[in-house]
Amino acid sequence: MAPLIVAVIPIGLVFGAVAASKGLSSLEATLMSILVFAGGSQFVAMDIWTHPAPWGALAFSALLVNIRHVLMSASIGTKMPAFSGPAKYAAMLLLADEIWAMAEVRAGKTRLTPAWYAGLAVPFYCVWVLASLAGAAAGAFLGDPKAIGLDFAFPAVFTVLVMGFWKGRETGAVLAASAAAAVLAHQLLPGVWYIAAGAAAGVAATLVTSRRQEACA
Amino acid sequence: MTLDPNTFLAIVAMAAATVLTRIAGLVLIRFVAIGPQQKRALEAIPPAVLMAVIAPTALVTGPAETLATLATAFAAMRLPLLAAVAIGVFVVAVARVLIGM
Repeated sequence: MAPLIVAVIPIGLVFGAVAASKGLSSLEATLMSILVFAGGSQFVAMDIWTHPAPWGALAFSALLVNIRHVLMSASIGTKMPAFSGPAKYAAMLLLADEIWAMAEVRAGKTRLTPAWYAGLAVPFYCVWVLASLAGAAAGAFLGDPKAIGLDFAFPAVFTVLVMGFWKGRETGAVLAASAAAAVLAHQLLPGVWYIAAGAAAGVAATLVTSRRQEACA
Repeated sequence: MTLDPNTFLAIVAMAAATVLTRIAGLVLIRFVAIGPQQKRALEAIPPAVLMAVIAPTALVTGPAETLATLATAFAAMRLPLLAAVAIGVFVVAVARVLIGM
């Protein structure tokens, strides 16, 4: 899990720098990382940020980008028998894509414990907040993050995580359906509907393939 | 170090929306039984969502991003996360220079 925590540093730096370039103060950028702690929605918010901040639109976009958390928490929630009720809810407050993906992989191998989860999530959270602060403070000096490819750190992390979920042909069907639907929705619809479209298509694909397998059996 | 009231309101609203999504799943599974079909659907969500997040970058942003995504995926089969991510970042930076964004 150390690589994961190191990998979040450049992403946090980039977020801070992008926030600074959008006119947010270091305090505002850091506060967003402390309270929202959801990189994808924070980047999307920076994309649509105007002054004064359109809070309704920003909240709605955060809801859409993070709607996947509903399914993620439902999925990981079934794998937390070792957690007390309050511990489960506390754990969900620190549920980020990377933490969730690592926890899913861990739950597939062994029993998920609160200590293991906290050992991953708490340092990850602290590093995210500190990196955002550093990025916002460095902001102007960092220059264009695109020039050194840092904006690609975020998609690259997700690419590696996707590869970790590969279980064979059925995964291929899910990924192909998700990619096709996401690209289509991304080209046709404004905003972040493409994430919901890809998720829905992937789930539909797995249900179709599993039904076909049952019919053959 | 300033804190604009509108910005603060936006941050709190985003945070509330995010917390809602994070605990909604836990509430959901208390009331909905998870059978084999539901379980299969839930298991497909992780790769499907991750794929959806990267698909526009990987496929329709430009050749540099497509190339870098392939390089990252290929590296991920052999190397740990950080090394694969570093390769992806390096490839995208070099490819943008060579191909010209």
